[in-house]
Amino acid sequence: MEALIAVVIGLLAACGVYLLLRARTFTVVLGLMLLSYAVNLFLLAMGRLALHRPPILEAGRSAYTDPVPQALVLTAIVIGFAMTAFAIVLALRARRDLGSDHVDGRETGACAESGGGSECRPDGSSS
Amino acid sequence: MTVDHSLILPILLPFVVGIALLSIDGDRHLAWQRRLSLLATAAAIPLAILLLVTTVDSGYRTYVLGHWPAPFGIVLVLDRLSALMVLLAAVVALPALWSAIGADTDRQGRYFHPLFQFQLMGLNGAFLTGDLFNLFVFFEILLIASYSLLLHGGGRERIRAGLHYVILNLTGSALFLIAIGVLYGLTGTLNLAELAVRVAHASAADAGLIRAGALLLLVVFGLKAALLPLHAWLPAAYANTGAPIAALFALLTKVGVYSIIRVFTLAFGSTAGPAADIAAPWLLPLGLATLLVGAIGLLASWNLRRLIAYSVIVSTGMLLTAIGLSTAASLSAALVYLIHTTLITAGMFLLADLIAEQRGHADSQPAPPVAQPALLGGLFFVGVVAMAGLPPLSGFLGKVLLLQAAQDSPALPWVWGIVLSSGLLIIVALSRMGSQLFWRTLDSAALPVHATVRRLFPAVALLAAGPLLVILGQPLIGYASATAQQLRQPAAYIEASLANRHLAPAPAHAAPVPGTTP
Repeated sequence: MEALIAVVIGLLAACGVYLLLRARTFTVVLGLMLLSYAVNLFLLAMGRLALHRPPILEAGRSAYTDPVPQALVLTAIVIGFAMTAFAIVLALRARRDLGSDHVDGRETGACAESGGGSECRPDGSSS
Repeated sequence: MTVDHSLILPILLPFVVGIALLSIDGDRHLAWQRRLSLLATAAAIPLAILLLVTTVDSGYRTYVLGHWPAPFGIVLVLDRLSALMVLLAAVVALPALWSAIGADTDRQGRYFHPLFQFQLMGLNGAFLTGDLFNLFVFFEILLIASYSLLLHGGGRERIRAGLHYVILNLTGSALFLIAIGVLYGLTGTLNLAELAVRVAHASAADAGLIRAGALLLLVVFGLKAALLPLHAWLPAAYANTGAPIAALFALLTKVGVYSIIRVFTLAFGSTAGPAADIAAPWLLPLGLATLLVGAIGLLASWNLRRLIAYSVIVSTGMLLTAIGLSTAASLSAALVYLIHTTLITAGMFLLADLIAEQRGHADSQPAPPVAQPALLGGLFFVGVVAMAGLPPLSGFLGKVLLLQAAQDSPALPWVWGIVLSSGLLIIVALSRMGSQLFWRTLDSAALPVHATVRRLFPAVALLAAGPLLVILGQPLIGYASATAQQLRQPAAYIEASLANRHLAPAPAHAAPVPGTTP
């Protein structure tokens, strides 16, 4: 199970970093989400992986799992949710105000090739 | 037994007031929002002074949240450093809020006042907490408030700079969590004091991962402080946001610096076994490089706001150089410089706004002459002399202390060379900017804009730190060196922080693996 979790975390983190390094806001937000999934799984795994053990100390119970990472993950998920929502709204706002979904607000691709003609105004007035 | 709750007030006060402000309709009752927000921000100053005075007598104070004993519950710890930072936050926040009200920044968008209070809550919480995960949570609180404040009022440049700031900090938060996960997985604790104990006794097998976790923390805090390879987000973000918000943000990079001091003197300081003094070899060269790059950026700035933003990078470089020297003298030099640079930078951001209003813009191109050249020019001169570290104002004090502290260090030629030559670059950049702003004018009449006393007061109050910090130099240096002494004795912090643990004995080995314990 350790190997599986490790591979999953690694894959999520790798995809997250790849998407994060793209220049478009949508892929960047997706990358941030994947990265935060990887981080959450990693935090959970730091309490050591255990199956069928309650996170509770009781008299007479010898097998339990560490509850702290579970509490941390819960907090991290909530914060991650809020931050992702904020990032999405900001990305939409940037798309509207900058007229481009490039992270630097620059026009690339077709517009750059056509020399930034009238239909490629950065204020997006006619696109 | 009664418990003294005053330690949690700097966090609770802005929190409660922030929520109360949310319930006041900002469009119709803006005056009430302003009054309440000002009152709460002003009340934070006597509170912070009170806390500071108690640390002088008693050294450390702790507050155990929910009365859960220390390594298991969350503990707030007040020492000289955190008391100083809470006071600094309160002292910067009041003029920033005042000028936001004077310039009607709070009319440009909704929820300015609640966000301002939540920002203060995050700052105070980060300064007071003694728990690593709690530090993360307060970082997130201050960050999400700062995202919204940075974008407050909107506009293309703000959105563009804000996008970079938000994405970088979200990535930084992910790294912070990975670092916390690594350290928790190896030591089984999040309490900073307990972490210090367990790191010191960590087995050789865990040493590599502990060092990796510690350096990841350095990356995260370095991003907040704008340390060299991670500094590129700062100039655009600080130059494009509203002036009162930029003034408050003069504190934000200092949270990164504070966290570096706190974590790397306590948990990874000289007594930390396998991870002893892990940050110093990185901080010194990177700090010096940050200083140089900041000074070059200052020289290349064509806009006053951008120039002041680069001076924030310069101050980060100075501070981290001083921390990287890791002696008691250099640490106390860092604290003196930290107080000076925060107040002066905040004041300069506010002054830049006044100058920009009278010239029409803050760029170095010719513009109509300012309407009050003597007043604004005089204030600009005071700010510039303090920023450049020239005698007789406060920047000189911190710089001389830093140069003195480097005297016995093998890095002496580097520190003296770079600090002095970047000082020269800064003087050239500032005097050029000043002459362009005030003397290269168009032949037109001055714009009919006059700064009222109400608008001037916050900037004057902050820039008054320049002469005041020198007049109060003796007690200031006394306090700073006592703080540095305190920081170099992590054992006392650990003792105070864990004083109320009556449940668990300190393990002298690495954490037990849950699930395998009998």
